Amino acid sequence: MSIITKKDVEHVALLARLEIDEEQKETFTQQLDNILEHISMLNKVNTDDVPPTYHVLPQKNIWREDGVRPSLDREDALANAPEQENGCFKVRKVIES
Amino acid sequence: MKLYDLTIHELHDKLVKKEVSSEELTKAVLDRVDEVENSVHSYVTLTKELALEQARQVDKKIAAGEKISPLAGIPAAIKDNMCTKGVTTTCSSKILHNFKPPYDATVVNKLNGNDLVMVGKANMDEFAMGSSTETSYFGPTRNPWNLKAVPGGSSGGASAAVSCGEAIYSLGSDTGGSIRQPAAFCGVVGLKPTYGLVSRFGLVAFASSLDQIGPFTKDVTDNALVMNAIAGHDNLDSTSINLQPEDYTKSLVNDVKGLKIGIPKEYFIEGIEPEVRENVMKGIRLLESLGAHCEETSLPHTEHALPVYYIIAPCEASSNLARYDGVRYGFSTEEAEDLIDSYKKSRSQGFGAEVKRRIMLGTYALSSGYYDAYYLKAQKVRTLIKNEFEEAFKKYDVLITPTAPTVPFEIGAKTEDPLAMYMSDICTIPINIAGIPAISIPCGHTSTGPIGMQIIGKSLAESTILRAAYTFEQNTDFHKKRPNL
Repeated sequence: MSIITKKDVEHVALLARLEIDEEQKETFTQQLDNILEHISMLNKVNTDDVPPTYHVLPQKNIWREDGVRPSLDREDALANAPEQENGCFKVRKVIES
Repeated sequence: MKLYDLTIHELHDKLVKKEVSSEELTKAVLDRVDEVENSVHSYVTLTKELALEQARQVDKKIAAGEKISPLAGIPAAIKDNMCTKGVTTTCSSKILHNFKPPYDATVVNKLNGNDLVMVGKANMDEFAMGSSTETSYFGPTRNPWNLKAVPGGSSGGASAAVSCGEAIYSLGSDTGGSIRQPAAFCGVVGLKPTYGLVSRFGLVAFASSLDQIGPFTKDVTDNALVMNAIAGHDNLDSTSINLQPEDYTKSLVNDVKGLKIGIPKEYFIEGIEPEVRENVMKGIRLLESLGAHCEETSLPHTEHALPVYYIIAPCEASSNLARYDGVRYGFSTEEAEDLIDSYKKSRSQGFGAEVKRRIMLGTYALSSGYYDAYYLKAQKVRTLIKNEFEEAFKKYDVLITPTAPTVPFEIGAKTEDPLAMYMSDICTIPINIAGIPAISIPCGHTSTGPIGMQIIGKSLAESTILRAAYTFEQNTDFHKKRPNL
């Protein structure tokens, strides 16, 4: 039985803000299923009472002085913007008219 | 030997003795680029004018009798996922094809402080996702030893450039083997330092808990010299380790008497090509003949490292790559109706297939209801893998394994089967999972390309693995061979 279906792939694509065509959907379903099948070997590993390692270093909170420092100029920050207007990033409409 | 065939330390001697100028050296490397770049394709962007200008500045310092850094005036390549102020930084992706960073990565800053001469930005797998440099939007890099074969990946451009003299050294990044595996395939030395030893500020993030920057060089001495320049604490990276700087050249000692070497049997099983196994075993026997104690050992969780990696890395990537929305920088579609449509179209047209596959995998594993089964489970198994290494290092100073399971494979051989491609990293991934350091050094040559041997150390034991690597190198000639190109 497959772990992931075409319907799952469609849902995940929506969550990830990706558009994929029919052919890619088939390919991804097959390939992701193979990968998840391989990954499922972890189910056999006993991890009762094992804490997760989110981070390999034993560091906790890292603090620094809350000092005033120069930041990026607006012009530099906008230099790569595909579209800008009045010193702001310009995006397409977000509110339905 | 041509100038471009020499090492950093040999060229530094020539610079300070005024036998050659940095400008002459840089021109020699740029001529080499003109000669071989069409067949190798190590670079996404060349910065020839900048390199010559930087070289002339170093020459002025030398003429004025100033003391220069060991890296000063030596032409280098930077993998194209490290930000270079004003110089296009693409990650070999269409989505960043025109991105000019407004700042330098900390490693670039540090190299600039050592009078960097930057030849260009090196090709890579798109967003460092791959083991062959074939997923680059700008086309694959080829292996200088065998143009039909891949150079390894994801830092394939950075390793190929050093192996054929298009740069004297380079910086790569390693998330699951992306420095060590291409170093093995291209017959050069590649080090993945302990997680946190080199700042990641300005490195375009792939999997933040695994990514680490490190050097590609022609020999171990050069590797220590580059580490001296790039290691160290950085306030701009909260995962950076705060330690006193270390002089890695002090580990360049030709002596392994009494060194305890563990040989984990899980790295020599079926699936590791016989030629690879034989050459690595020969290397281990050489170290034994020089006075090291070798013993077989077992790391039973090795087989779980790949599945753990293919949960953690895509999960972190799916989150990190959410920032590419076509609004603030990079590729942006012109066809969209509204904002959501613009995100979807910009991302779909901007990312290649492998990047999409990993974003999908990570998004799936992190989606509602699956977190415990995938991400949390993987982080728990990660603890077991890490503990297993810690136990092993109570008995051994270093562990030695092959760097890659195969010799360099042909271009196109694994592009249709993602899982087969992922297997290229089975010997290197466990090291990133545990956050420990490892170096790949050349230990053999075959008709299809070079073979690398991986020396693994415990956390922050760079000096131990450099010493073992240096001793091996001083008693062999593999590092002196250059591809016939």
